[in-house]
Amino acid sequence: MSLRFQRLILILVTLIILGAAVLLILFNTKQNIVFFYTPTELIEKKISSEKKIRIGGYVKESSLKKLSLNQYEFKVTDNSNDLLVFYEGILPDLFREGQGTVIEGFIENYNSFTALKVYAKHDENYMPASIKKELEKSNQWKKNYK
Amino acid sequence: MFGFLINPSKFNKLADIILRPLVFITSIILIMGLFLVYVSPLDYQQGLTVKIMYIHVPSAWLALLTYSIMTFYSILCLAFKIPFGFIINKAVAPIGATFTLLCLVSGSLWGKPMWGTWWVWDARLTSVAIMFLIYVIIIFLSQTFENREVREKTIAIFILIGSINLPIIKFSVDWWNTLHQPASISKLSSPSIDVSMLQPLIVMTIAFSLVGLIIAILRIKAEIIIRKNH
Repeated sequence: MSLRFQRLILILVTLIILGAAVLLILFNTKQNIVFFYTPTELIEKKISSEKKIRIGGYVKESSLKKLSLNQYEFKVTDNSNDLLVFYEGILPDLFREGQGTVIEGFIENYNSFTALKVYAKHDENYMPASIKKELEKSNQWKKNYK
Repeated sequence: MFGFLINPSKFNKLADIILRPLVFITSIILIMGLFLVYVSPLDYQQGLTVKIMYIHVPSAWLALLTYSIMTFYSILCLAFKIPFGFIINKAVAPIGATFTLLCLVSGSLWGKPMWGTWWVWDARLTSVAIMFLIYVIIIFLSQTFENREVREKTIAIFILIGSINLPIIKFSVDWWNTLHQPASISKLSSPSIDVSMLQPLIVMTIAFSLVGLIIAILRIKAEIIIRKNH
């Protein structure tokens, strides 16, 4: 085997080992890397209420209530568990029922949450508004596009 | 046939032939792309802001592509002692850094109206920010070390170490919960983006690639001259 191929193999092996090491670190510190927990994970992992945490999911259909000018109450769901959320502030434009969302704040008591920040999360589907109308006309509009 | 990829004089010869037609073709495709973006439909939920995608996504792809090219050439020049790789690394690093910055800034401008925040430390955004820092370090490294051989080898090794970040960026949205949405196009299934929006995106990506290529050719030619005079 020539010297240059020995060097090539040495470089590739080094990269693979280094990459594996980084991946091991990343996957073992997953707790710190995930941006949010789902409501189900919140119940399963019994995360303490002291720390500020983020919860992600969908805004439950017909759960958004306007309490006053800038106070809102809504439920965040992952289709198996719900979390009641209170928020005071301005909601993002994209925020509405059925839309994905990430909220940041504190757990008040079991199953209720005070949000300090609310982010809207959108999915990877892009579609012209005109096509949505046509799909709705022919009843082929899928709810899960939201 | 592909000698121009590793041989400076062959590269120079080919570059002199294709540069003018390339500039001509690029300007046509860029104008066409911008026109397609202008007439492209509004998104059903994002409205007008979806047009930021036509800047954001091509620059993100090209930032990753530029780094992949640098990784490829770093392996070539370290393992096979091809000095042309060092020239490429020095020439294209600022181009990749610019694309990364463009991606971060356009993403931030897109994030404020859609997500409700300029910036969050989720896995995708953080890993791209790290790539920007890696690019900046590569550029700074080329200003250090008096000894050219030491400098160029150091940069190549650093590029290889930084390349571990590439798969992390790519798969960050699948491995971890992120605010950033998953990829629309890299799926094996049909893309989750409508054809009328996919077309301008592809044309803009080609236009961005060609603009990057033109700047790269000019920078590589300049770098070859600098090396000759030393």
